[in-house]
Amino acid sequence: MTTGLLLVSSVLKILFVLLITVGAFAPILIWAERRQSAMIQDRLGPSRAALVLPPGAVALLDRARLPLWRLAALTGVVAIVALVALTFITIKGSNPLPISTADLTKGLIGFGLASVLLRAGYGVHTMIVGNQGKIMLIGLLHPVADALKFIFKEDFVPPKSDKLLFSAGPIIALVPAIAAFAVIPFASTLHLEHLNEVLPRTGELSGPAIPMQVASINVGILFIFAIASTGIIGAAVAGYASDNKYSLLGGIRAASQMVSYEVVIGLTLVPAFMLYASLRLEDMAMWQHEHMWGIFVPPLTLGAINFFVASIAETKRVPFDLPEGESELVGGYLTEYSGMKFGMFFMGEFLEVVSLAAIASVLFLGGWDVPYLFRDGFEFSFPFVAASYPVPLPHWLVIVIQVLVFLFKIIVLIWFQLMIRWSLPRFRYDQLMSLCWKGLLPVSLLNIFVMGAFILSGWADGWIAFFEKIF
Amino acid sequence: MAVEVKVIKKPGRTVAEQVYLPEIAKGLTFAAGRFFRNTFAPKAKKEIATVRYPEEKIEYPERFRGIHRLTQRTDGSPRCVACLCCSTACPAQCIYIEPAEYEPDDPRYGYERYPSVFVIDELRCIFCGYCVEACPCDAIRMDTGMHMPPSTHREHFLYDKEMLLSIPGRDGTYLTANPRHEPGDPTHPGVDREHGH
Repeated sequence: MTTGLLLVSSVLKILFVLLITVGAFAPILIWAERRQSAMIQDRLGPSRAALVLPPGAVALLDRARLPLWRLAALTGVVAIVALVALTFITIKGSNPLPISTADLTKGLIGFGLASVLLRAGYGVHTMIVGNQGKIMLIGLLHPVADALKFIFKEDFVPPKSDKLLFSAGPIIALVPAIAAFAVIPFASTLHLEHLNEVLPRTGELSGPAIPMQVASINVGILFIFAIASTGIIGAAVAGYASDNKYSLLGGIRAASQMVSYEVVIGLTLVPAFMLYASLRLEDMAMWQHEHMWGIFVPPLTLGAINFFVASIAETKRVPFDLPEGESELVGGYLTEYSGMKFGMFFMGEFLEVVSLAAIASVLFLGGWDVPYLFRDGFEFSFPFVAASYPVPLPHWLVIVIQVLVFLFKIIVLIWFQLMIRWSLPRFRYDQLMSLCWKGLLPVSLLNIFVMGAFILSGWADGWIAFFEKIF
Repeated sequence: MAVEVKVIKKPGRTVAEQVYLPEIAKGLTFAAGRFFRNTFAPKAKKEIATVRYPEEKIEYPERFRGIHRLTQRTDGSPRCVACLCCSTACPAQCIYIEPAEYEPDDPRYGYERYPSVFVIDELRCIFCGYCVEACPCDAIRMDTGMHMPPSTHREHFLYDKEMLLSIPGRDGTYLTANPRHEPGDPTHPGVDREHGH
């Protein structure tokens, strides 16, 4: 691979990761958390933020309603006619019509798509007119309003605080959350010169191969541990620098909690390294692609649950949000923060949720792996039946499906985390610590031995072979 | 005599509750159920209790005591006869009435008076409804179904006669359901200036 291509692809990948995390996941999570909590609690949730159109625009839009509807209906009718004609041709086996089959197919796709889009536009249009020209987008504008508020709010720094550390805290908390994404693979290797071809299932290919992760480094998951531990410093520094006893207590709580659960996170993943025999996340995803998802290997099922619990504690969120327990500590280490500095902590917390969900999905849910999807497309097979139905797909489509499925897995895990966040009450601090040191830690240590026995006894190979035979 | 003791078992926790995980699963299932119902169910099945307030309003209960209105006669004049019952009954003393006599050629002259000034300070009002109870003519009512519109000015809350007369009841009418018999009314033959009720 040439240096230029390496540079360009790296920059593109970094931009993609930033777009996904900071651009999409962070604001959507802020929205989702409120919306989801509202739905659980039978409330309407965020619905007030709106872009208000000028008063004349509503009347103008109202006049455009009927033409829009007619256009949508007309394109729909044309598409249906094309569909009927195509069905007729398929049944008859020949084309007696004055239009060629290819034109008909193009017309069907074009007009059908236009009809669907126009219909969707009509729906949005009706919603805007119905709200008297307010564009509300089911509350999605609230994060935008929040960001605007954060930016224009006074950037207050307590007079006796440590100015440098006070400003550095949020940065130290935010950066690691984003940096952890550097080693997470979001799709299998991309072969630039074969984008439109159906690739062979296995084997080397000519031309540049771009790994779909920002940095493919040997230490892989250890990098994530190292980076994630840096986040502790952010919270501790923020608590120390604020010149506030509540902040200090919050910072201390955050530091001790995160250090404790860091240990558990590391140990719960050891069985996974033993099974995958690699620290590189792309190798782990590949192993799961070739064999089976990690969560279906018995010791790793327990490991996944442990990891999930520890990761919620690591992100300092309910039910483990002791560092900012407002009933005891006002706002913990966040007490003195306002404006965009608070926003950065906020975003860092949400991005940590995303990155831990991404790690969990790579380690236990197969990462970008889609069941029955191989490098050459889908091949559906059934247990105990020899038949299989291959659906060959071009390379770019396979990659796109993998990326989307990976994002979907992250979203499901985040949804589950938010669900827990809104269902469970907060732990007491001693309960939190005893859960870590007396509960999760011994269990994960034991799990390492179980995994070792599982592999050494040969049961692992048997289990994998059995699983592969079924699916 | 032996004391009878009835041992009541302490409501201790069962093993399943002590393990905590099944209870978590239960709670999560419940919360997830609400989430899915309120997010994806058709509108009729959702159980969302809140509304989008300024655009969407929940109607007040039928007997809600809202802001006052003065009911009108069929000719548009106030039904109030300025008897001062309401201002006397008012515990907050928020009603101010200046009674006046009708002109001598008016058929109501000598029967009854009318309020030349009728002011309610809605900020002092405690919405007890005593004025409505006290009124012998059904002239003051609180059936508007409206709460006080907010304002930043104190003067906006002093509702004068014209203002009170211009507020319709919840059914949109300015009259009341109780018809009033005017002097010389054929529905009430005995009543005239000489033979009062």
